[in-house]
Amino acid sequence: MPVDVMIVDDSAAIRKILQRVLLQADVPLGKVIEAGDGVEALEKLKTVKVGLILSDINMPNMDGLALLGALKAQDATRDVPVIMVTTEGSSSRVMEAVNLGASGYVRKPFTAEQIKEKLAGLI
Amino acid sequence: MTHDNLVAYIRTSTRDVFSTMLGLELADGEPFVKEEAPAPIDGVLALIGLAGRWAGSGAFSCTAQTALRLASQLLMQPYEAIDDEVLDAVGEITNMVLGNVKTAIEEKLGPMGLSIPTVIYGRNFTTRTIGRSKWTVVPFHLDSEIIEVHLCLAPSKDPAAARFHKDQPAAILSIE
Repeated sequence: MPVDVMIVDDSAAIRKILQRVLLQADVPLGKVIEAGDGVEALEKLKTVKVGLILSDINMPNMDGLALLGALKAQDATRDVPVIMVTTEGSSSRVMEAVNLGASGYVRKPFTAEQIKEKLAGLI
Repeated sequence: MTHDNLVAYIRTSTRDVFSTMLGLELADGEPFVKEEAPAPIDGVLALIGLAGRWAGSGAFSCTAQTALRLASQLLMQPYEAIDDEVLDAVGEITNMVLGNVKTAIEEKLGPMGLSIPTVIYGRNFTTRTIGRSKWTVVPFHLDSEIIEVHLCLAPSKDPAAARFHKDQPAAILSIE
């Protein structure tokens, strides 16, 4: 069954790459909704439902960790798996994301295989 | 943090990003130290700021032709002129290269923040960093092209004052 996915990253290049990588990882992609930061993501999620969110951390306006906290605080989005895809590779940042409820953490640069591994069991 | 440490971190990170995300292998050039901020005569330059107990700026520079090749490799479609997508691709490559350098040096220097990259394309421009700082410059050869990664780091006089907004530019640009 196709899965609608939201990709949150301030880089249009990374949004495009992630969409391609999801296809390479054999994800049954439905709609792909893009957002450039946490604020835009939350705004779009008022009107659409998704089965998976991939989010960067370092973004303007609202970063990925603040977005993650907001998603986990709302009934409508609490159970949506969120995978952080970011250059922020320090163990403290990984722990912060895990403690906030992230389902996975992928460090940039990434391969399709790494994304596929993180998605296993989530969708 | 020595020049040799920084060179090693930059080489590891840059090779990793290029091989994983672009499918390109780089050959090492000879690293050096200089006092001026990066200033290609023309081309594409991406700047990114770092702040914490140590603070500074990082940069990635290449010719316009190389930027087109990098964007084409990253996004798997041909680009023949510099546009927003090409500049965005160079910004993201810079973010990945210097973000991974930051992660490596955080183990020795403590947590640091990374700004959002600013990417400039033009001719006859110069950049300037406030204060007197030495830049570690690490060149790479991509066939006949040269790519440079620059990093300038120094202990913060006042770490609290070193905090900056993510959108703050990393350096000052002047166009002549």
